Amino acid sequence: MVLKGINLTARRGQVIAIMGNSGCGKTTLLRLIGGALKPTSGSLLVDGLDVAGLDQEDLYRLRRRMGMLFQFGALFTDMSVYENVAFQLREHTDLPEEMIRDLVLMKLNAVGLRGAADLMPSELSGGMARRVALARSIALDPMLIMYDEPFAGLDPISLGVTGNLIRRLTDSLGVTSIVVTHDVQESLKMVDYVYFVSDGVIEAHGTAKEIKASGLPFVHQFVHGEEDGPVPFHYPAQHYATDLGLKA
Amino acid sequence: MSKVILDSVRSVGARVVDAIWRLGVAARFFGLILLRSGQSFRRFQLTIREIFSAGVLSLIIILVSGLFVGMVLGLQGYETLQTYGSEEALGVLVSLSLVRELGPVVAALLFASRAGSAITAEIGLMKATEQIAAMEMMAVDPIARVVAPRFWGGVMSMPLLAAMFSATGIFGGYLVGVVLIGVDDGSFWSQMQAAVDFKDDILNGVLKSVVFGVAVTVIALFEGYDAPPTAEGVSRATTRTVVTSSLAILGLDFILTAFMFHGA
Repeated sequence: MVLKGINLTARRGQVIAIMGNSGCGKTTLLRLIGGALKPTSGSLLVDGLDVAGLDQEDLYRLRRRMGMLFQFGALFTDMSVYENVAFQLREHTDLPEEMIRDLVLMKLNAVGLRGAADLMPSELSGGMARRVALARSIALDPMLIMYDEPFAGLDPISLGVTGNLIRRLTDSLGVTSIVVTHDVQESLKMVDYVYFVSDGVIEAHGTAKEIKASGLPFVHQFVHGEEDGPVPFHYPAQHYATDLGLKA
Repeated sequence: MSKVILDSVRSVGARVVDAIWRLGVAARFFGLILLRSGQSFRRFQLTIREIFSAGVLSLIIILVSGLFVGMVLGLQGYETLQTYGSEEALGVLVSLSLVRELGPVVAALLFASRAGSAITAEIGLMKATEQIAAMEMMAVDPIARVVAPRFWGGVMSMPLLAAMFSATGIFGGYLVGVVLIGVDDGSFWSQMQAAVDFKDDILNGVLKSVVFGVAVTVIALFEGYDAPPTAEGVSRATTRTVVTSSLAILGLDFILTAFMFHGA
């Protein structure tokens, strides 16, 4: 079991961060919210709908009101930036081409990449790909956007730009943003509420200010990036001397 | 000793169970493709694009190979027929060999190596880079949007490629037999026209190539969709596509030939 005893709420217009060390079940949580996985027990409600109980048609209807930003963007490599952003509009609406064009350019303008509309994904930097993916995820004006490690592998400028964009889009569109990340410093600048997950359970939660001031050993180690603590530096092993054959 | 024997029996058993399980999953996958093929025809431009990728881009290798196979058939056939003084029957030998067997089979083998491997690698990489997952999260069914158009694109391309392979092969046989060696032009074409039957030879050849097209494309798509999302996983899946498709083509060819041609 990856997650157990998780109890969290994300309100409309808020940015929620889910933090924790690698492999603690953060991405699994996003997959559960998106309906890609079903919980073995408990319930998961999105806008009042029990995600696990939906059939494929209803799940797809719900997903049209969700956006997801994947870790490395997951842009369609055989389509241009423009076509990537237009993808959902073409698949789910009957809008005329002129209106699709206007909407795509508006979404790209919101992430600062209107000028990159004709580029292919292979011509984009990591940060730009992430921003195009963000424009694609807001194409249908969703009520919920999930971000899977949006800061991974970005340079400091792209990091700041991405963080600001998440905050700005959440405020201007009134969406709920759930950010899965282990980038403490960048996240704490822009989130409303933080949940710390460790070994599949919520270890701590609170506002950014409460988290920074927390005296809990796990949170303290995580926020300050300490090498050793409740999360040990060494993977469990037998005694070092025994391994080296110095002790019977 | 008995433990070694038991272990090897268990290992064989596990492999057989695994193979049957995969066959079942592949059959279910094929069923899903057929069930969700509506979009491939409603938005036919998606299928046209795949016909271009799988068919048009395979043309060069098909045409060049067809020409050389036909030229070799012309040379070898002439050598043998000359012994019996029947070199005028060269057109019959070249055309029947190509239309009945070599056209569908060799074109399908080339199609598996050129287009089949490309399909597997493309789908596998789409999975590894989360493009398939992204599509699902955007409420777009990847089987209907990505897989089914590629299936129909492959199935429609295969008989056309086999026909072109046979046509260039016959031209290759003509070049060697008539132009180079000097077999009588009229005999070459008229004997071919008299001996090749539209239903028994040409239609059966087309049927074979359709069956091979279905087999190769389903194998390629399944291997790509089922590939572990790693570089090694995609590489192994691509290799499996070529190996499994080639064996499937040769096995199916024997079965189809046994049913189609009765030695009449």
